[in-house]
Amino acid sequence: MIDLKGKRVLVIGERDGVNGPAIEACVKSAGAQVLYAETLCFV
Amino acid sequence: MTFPAITAVANVLAHAPGLVRYGSKPLRDIAHAPVTLEAIGARLRSYDDAVAYGPNQAFIGNLEPEALASLPRPWFEALDRSASSTGAFGDLISEGELLGLLKLCDRARLVHLDAATLADAGARLAKRGIVTPAEMDALTTADAPAIDALCRSGEAIPLFLDGRVAGAMGRGHEEDEALTANVLLENLAGKATGVLALRRLLRMVEDRVGPGDIDFVLAGSEEAVGDRYQRGGGNLAKAIAEGAGLASATGFDVKAFCASTLYAVFNAAALVQAGVFSRVAVVAGGSLAKLGMKYRAHVAKSMPVLEDVLAGIAILVERPRPGDPMIRLDTVGLHTVATGSAQQAIVEALVIEPLARAGYRLGDVDRYATEMHNPEVTEPSGSGDVPRGNYRLIAALGAMRGEIPRDGINDFIARHGMPGYAPTQGHIASAVCYLAHALRAMRAGTMRRALFMAKGSLFLGRMTEASDGVSFLVDCTGGLERAPHTP
Amino acid sequence: MDLEGQGRIRQVIEQAGADGVVAVLGANSPTAVEMTALTLKSGDPSYAGPLTGIALGIPSYHVLEAEIADQFDPALYERELALSALAMDVAEVVAPLKTIREA
Repeated sequence: MIDLKGKRVLVIGERDGVNGPAIEACVKSAGAQVLYAETLCFV
Repeated sequence: MTFPAITAVANVLAHAPGLVRYGSKPLRDIAHAPVTLEAIGARLRSYDDAVAYGPNQAFIGNLEPEALASLPRPWFEALDRSASSTGAFGDLISEGELLGLLKLCDRARLVHLDAATLADAGARLAKRGIVTPAEMDALTTADAPAIDALCRSGEAIPLFLDGRVAGAMGRGHEEDEALTANVLLENLAGKATGVLALRRLLRMVEDRVGPGDIDFVLAGSEEAVGDRYQRGGGNLAKAIAEGAGLASATGFDVKAFCASTLYAVFNAAALVQAGVFSRVAVVAGGSLAKLGMKYRAHVAKSMPVLEDVLAGIAILVERPRPGDPMIRLDTVGLHTVATGSAQQAIVEALVIEPLARAGYRLGDVDRYATEMHNPEVTEPSGSGDVPRGNYRLIAALGAMRGEIPRDGINDFIARHGMPGYAPTQGHIASAVCYLAHALRAMRAGTMRRALFMAKGSLFLGRMTEASDGVSFLVDCTGGLERAPHTP
Repeated sequence: MDLEGQGRIRQVIEQAGADGVVAVLGANSPTAVEMTALTLKSGDPSYAGPLTGIALGIPSYHVLEAEIADQFDPALYERELALSALAMDVAEVVAPLKTIREA
């Protein structure tokens, strides 16, 4: 499994799942750098 | 304390297979690969099939959404040939009728329709009590060569009916991207379905409320009505009010993505509560842009293209009479800037906190109306079951709070949720499409209160990463009944 | 995944390079997760988007996969993720990802 520390991350959240900003906050807390973030809406 | 009531709701649908090609996704794909048009064409369904389709019958009120749980899937095969296009809440009109309405609603002389199509539309709409023969007779028609010439010149795009060109939609300006034929068609389709819903609403209340008795109109709205200098200028509300003969009214559009119409409802209530107006109509037309949004998956799986209907809704808000379902303005749930994007904070803000303000817990709400999109439309493309996903969030939070046992989540959803049934028409599928059903159940004494919650995906507009939502309770017990806190 | 997003991701990767880049997903449906993961690894499986035929080779994880989530600040997990972990069937949603990563 991957160690997020130092990794560059593409964040793809979903409105009714886990949103982009929520994922972003979490991966940053693990030491990752966020390259791109969005939240998808399927409807 | 009393609050303004919802006293009538119209839910309408317009079958629009010929317009699917102008939906945003089909339009873009057809431009890349013209053969897409044939692939879509092969999977468009007939008007009869659209009428016989369970979710559409649930939307117009001939079926309760809960009944869909026992209808075998796929629903597009479990058709009810005895179903009527006249619903308890409104009509499911044919595409010919929709084209007639587009022409009737066209104030810019940009819609061209042939005589046969217009005559047939007029007769059918008059039979439904939606139009008068006189107003349809006053409309001008176009002949086939003229329609053809307009389309060939690029000034107009063709309007199809049963595979033939029946008319054309003209552009409003040669250079203005906000007035292209496609944009104007999108806006006019919203206006026409809004007018359909509002006219149906007026028929429902005609023995006590006339068109002149409605003071104001708020429109839930996601299209952009404007021109190059003000692309989203708006106030389609007033155009719809005019189209329904509300001579004493004006209004404005409420713009909040899919939460728009639900926002409009509580704002209508606030205006009545404050004594500014006596009667406010909330209206919303359909979204042409969302036609065929998930067509790829439907075509790939040999399903009919299910996103072939435009929705419309109209809601009457006025001072309450005893027993009327009231819009509990003391329970408005808001997703504020501070709420953020954690699901728990959002559900707390939209569900837990508003209920707590009124002294209720999750189990005190008979039914939750959330994003009621038909899962048969969304599942094939991997978008999941949207209402169920939202119900799981509410129930899971209930479990975390100890209001529901962990193994009681599914049971809670079965009792307080329902299958999705609305077409993917954005600001109409978001909660408000259940107001009609709740009103009926409350009048029948089988429901005390329902929570309506709508979400808005603001982040799609790239001005914020935030999403949004709004909620409130509709309650017919006068707020007097405090149920014991049973799960 | 949404086809429009593919174009922007492609631009970002063209500028920043794909080395050590991973995707972290938040969708609540296994099919959505699978489609996104396949697109980012091997190109758009529907042969329609800007990543058609472009194999970026980017591995996808779900934010709720235990080994990923264990790396987050616990207070953040509680606030941002705990409800979603209970609301969705995490095992079912993340199931496609291990196979796609290892393929």
